[in-house]
Amino acid sequence: MADVKLTVNGRKIAKTVPDRTLLVTLLRDEIGLTGTHVGCDTSQCGACTVHIDGNAVKSCTVLAAQVSGAEVVTIEGLAKGDTLHPMQEAFRTHHGLQCGFCTPGMIMMGVDIVNRHPEGLDEETIRKELEGNICRCTGYHNIVKAIGAAAEEMSSGTTQMAAE
Amino acid sequence: MYNTTYYAATSLADAAAKIAADGDAKFLSGGQTLLATMKQRLAAPTMLIDLTKLPELKGISVEGDRLVIGAATKHAQVASDATVKGAIPSLAGLAATIGDPAVRNMGTMGGSLANNDPAADYPAAAMALDAIITTSKGEYKATDFFTGIFETALDEDEIIVKISYEIPKKAAYEKFRNPASRYSLCSVFAAEVSGGPRIAVTGSGNEGVFRVPAMEEALTRGWTADAVTSVKIDPETMLSDMHGSAEYRAHLVAVLAGRAVAKAG
Ligand SMILES: Cc1cc2nc3c(=O)[nH]c(=O)nc-3n(C[C@H](O)[C@H](O)[C@H](O)COP(=O)(O)OP(=O)(O)OC[C@H]3O[C@@H](n4cnc5c(N)ncnc54)[C@H](O)[C@@H]3O)c2cc1C
Ligand code: FES
Ligand code: FES
Repeated sequence: MADVKLTVNGRKIAKTVPDRTLLVTLLRDEIGLTGTHVGCDTSQCGACTVHIDGNAVKSCTVLAAQVSGAEVVTIEGLAKGDTLHPMQEAFRTHHGLQCGFCTPGMIMMGVDIVNRHPEGLDEETIRKELEGNICRCTGYHNIVKAIGAAAEEMSSGTTQMAAE
Repeated sequence: MYNTTYYAATSLADAAAKIAADGDAKFLSGGQTLLATMKQRLAAPTMLIDLTKLPELKGISVEGDRLVIGAATKHAQVASDATVKGAIPSLAGLAATIGDPAVRNMGTMGGSLANNDPAADYPAAAMALDAIITTSKGEYKATDFFTGIFETALDEDEIIVKISYEIPKKAAYEKFRNPASRYSLCSVFAAEVSGGPRIAVTGSGNEGVFRVPAMEEALTRGWTADAVTSVKIDPETMLSDMHGSAEYRAHLVAVLAGRAVAKAG
């Protein structure tokens, strides 16, 4: 068994789990944070994307034990009370989702993309950066629009940035 | 995933001792290949020995005419590091094409070279930039290191520590992706190093990454795209699968080599 200590969305967590426990399994089954989804078993879809120490990672392809000590932010950690994070708000206003299954991963990756491109984002860059996030509903168009809009909103500094 | 245990190695000697004690253990770096394989139940190591916390496997520096990168360096670091961008921008550019941002935040250079996937990107850079691969047991030239598809000169208990690349006079990488997997269907790294021109191909060879001596020879008479596009590649040496026939890949090698040479300028 592995003793795993994490800070998840600002809260300290200590769990003893089998060594093979994937981070996503710990988040969903042990801590009850079911916003992080599992959409494939080939590490390709990105529905499980979370931030580990500020970087987007596929939580289905990381052992919880491997990242013990890290700070994890999931989709549940973005909003401030009733106020959605600008990325969440942009997905809502720009219809960046249909069934919503890929959305938590898209939003976590969207925030990561914006954080890594302080110089600003064009459509081509957003599309390229979304290579590891698959959506079977939207055709991506409105997801790309939402991330672009959120990038402007986040850089204008009128709204609070992500937890990290 | 079958049951396994996780162990974070504290030193190279510690990692070697652990694997010596358990023949079914395996080294773990970013896990972007190994954990994915274990989830499919295609691998069942009894223990995963995490190498990424070892200080010997970290760091990026220029030493003389070479760029030295620790084996645990993540793809995202290689893609964005100022030293790499300054010394070998084509290598930083190559790293930025591996998988997707989340894969690049975990996957490592050492893991990629040890795995030697026939469609992996780093092996092409290693071959074209006369890389020297330093392990816990010795040193290999890239040309001696890659021995076949998913095969390397590494012993089961041997750890890649660092990789040094010659800083080329010029170099470029042309990646042609399989549109579904996003891995290389055929990609070419062209470089001019002190030993002469180098053309290395990944994604297409039926024995994995390979160099093309006929193209390198042609480039010694003049660095032009025409010099390489006229070289015929034998389809017998190419992979053939549902993504592309051997003839198609043989054709791609020449086309992409031409583009890489032109891009290197
Ligand atoms: C969706 C997806 C897309 C991808 N696309 C690409 C792509 O386009 N191009 C590409 O090149 N790769 C791609 N990859 C693979 C990725 O680059 C992996 O990170 C890489 O192949 C393995 O590195 P790792 O650090 O994750 O190694 P791991 O998965 O941890 O290990 C891989 C193997 O290497 C061994 N090993 C690890 N480190 C060492 C070491 N230091 N010394 C000795 N042996 C070691 C392990 O025992 C294991 O056998 C992709 C992966 C995914 C999931
Ligand atoms: S569930 Fe992690 S990539 Fe699909
Ligand atoms: S909204 Fe349904 S998968 Fe993206």
